[in-house]
Amino acid sequence: MAMAALRREGRRFASLISPRPITAVRSSPLYPTLEDEGPLGLRHISTQVVRNRMKSVKNIQKITKAMKMVAASKLRAIQTKTENSRGLWQPFTALLGDLPSADVKKNVVVTISSDKGLCGGINSTSVKISKGLHKLNSGPEKETKYVILGEKAKAQLVRDSKKDIELIITELQKNPLNYTQVSVLADEILKNVEYDALRIVFNKFQSVVSFVPTVSTVLSPEIVEREAESGGKLGDLDSYEVEGGETKGEILQNLAEFQFSCTMFNAVLENACSEQGARMSAMDSSSRNAGDMLDRLTLTYNRTRQASITTELIEIISGASALEG
Amino acid sequence: MLRRASMLLACRPILAARARPFSTDLPAAPSADATFTEAWTKVIPNMDPPKTPLSFMQPRPPTPSSIPSKLTVNFVLPYASELATKEVDMVIVPATTGQMGVLPGHVATIAELKPGVLSVHEGSEMTKYFVSSGFVFIHANSFADIIAVEAVPLDRLDVNLVQKGLAEFTSKLSSATTDLEKAEAQIGIDVHSALNSALTG
Repeated sequence: MAMAALRREGRRFASLISPRPITAVRSSPLYPTLEDEGPLGLRHISTQVVRNRMKSVKNIQKITKAMKMVAASKLRAIQTKTENSRGLWQPFTALLGDLPSADVKKNVVVTISSDKGLCGGINSTSVKISKGLHKLNSGPEKETKYVILGEKAKAQLVRDSKKDIELIITELQKNPLNYTQVSVLADEILKNVEYDALRIVFNKFQSVVSFVPTVSTVLSPEIVEREAESGGKLGDLDSYEVEGGETKGEILQNLAEFQFSCTMFNAVLENACSEQGARMSAMDSSSRNAGDMLDRLTLTYNRTRQASITTELIEIISGASALEG
Repeated sequence: MLRRASMLLACRPILAARARPFSTDLPAAPSADATFTEAWTKVIPNMDPPKTPLSFMQPRPPTPSSIPSKLTVNFVLPYASELATKEVDMVIVPATTGQMGVLPGHVATIAELKPGVLSVHEGSEMTKYFVSSGFVFIHANSFADIIAVEAVPLDRLDVNLVQKGLAEFTSKLSSATTDLEKAEAQIGIDVHSALNSALTG
């Protein structure tokens, strides 16, 4: 019964297998065909292409896993420093309060970003917030300038706000971050840029998967005086006696500069932490994706391989049954 | 394939649970700046407004009516918080106008520090630090914030190096030509002579 069925099948296939003239059809050398032409016009689907793809995806997975490990170790190193520096800006906020809505003429937005990429969306968030602050503080007689730290924000802001950029600083993390370096940087910024209010935009490190965009405001001494006189949050600043120095203004000037360097130090450290954390999660999802892709490719590879084996078997069996019967 | 999907589902909540904030992080105080958030949402409605430092800080207690018995001191450096909300009896800070003693109930003051010795008195024990410079804020609620750039306990200072440094900067001052060099040499001399008197006196 089975043999009869097979004979019938064989006859059906025998009609299909007619020796075709082997045409030397080769598609362009750049794209190897999936189909090989064997003798008698047999067709095998090539597994070579799938195998090449699998190899490259596996390499990518290894690389992204390694990058995740590197980011994790760098994060560990810088995280203790960041946590220790968290106490630095709190006394200033306790004394001077936090007035991001102060109405000033000359705003300077200090955007902190990373130099290297592959760290998720944190740089785009910082740039978006900076542009938002620019928009928020736009109006008659008001101007906003940018000071950019890091290559990634530079690339994004140079495109449409080139005339508003005052200063660009890159390669911040070439040497391990320390307070001396940041205070020199702060000094440069304060010397070269006129400001009434400095707004530092950075990503605060909450945890390995959570980075909160934050803006810290440092007001110039004149604006501080103005706000203190008008009452409100800074109203009781006048009740503080100022020791030493010739004038109160001199001490307030030093205070503003010190506040800026301290908040910059904390901001730069927090942003570096966020960068490493974001890179860790980006590389983690990338290696997971590569793993998924590899699974799917393996299935395709096996299917292709089995299909070609089945085709061969069918050819052979039908050939054999054609000879018999 | 289903197994992989269920593994992924199992992994994600664990990752979220692991993402707990650290114990050194302060709880978010609800007193965020309302005018800022309002202005932001009007101009940029698509994005959440950024957080401000006020939401990361614990609010300070208000001025009590009677003078408290202890002074709460926060002594912070860029690299560490030496003392965080520590209750002490008295601190002596090296302000630019001289050594200033701070007791609970001191009037609210802002003072700049010069290089000198800071001493913290707690009961019978006294800890001394050499402070390079910084600021001290004394609030009306008997909270004192001391922010210094560099502070070391006195026993970590080496006398020989101090003497050498002093000699070096004195010679630099005499050979200085520009105002900048003179100022730098003068700062060096100030710091080293303060170190000297801290170690000897």
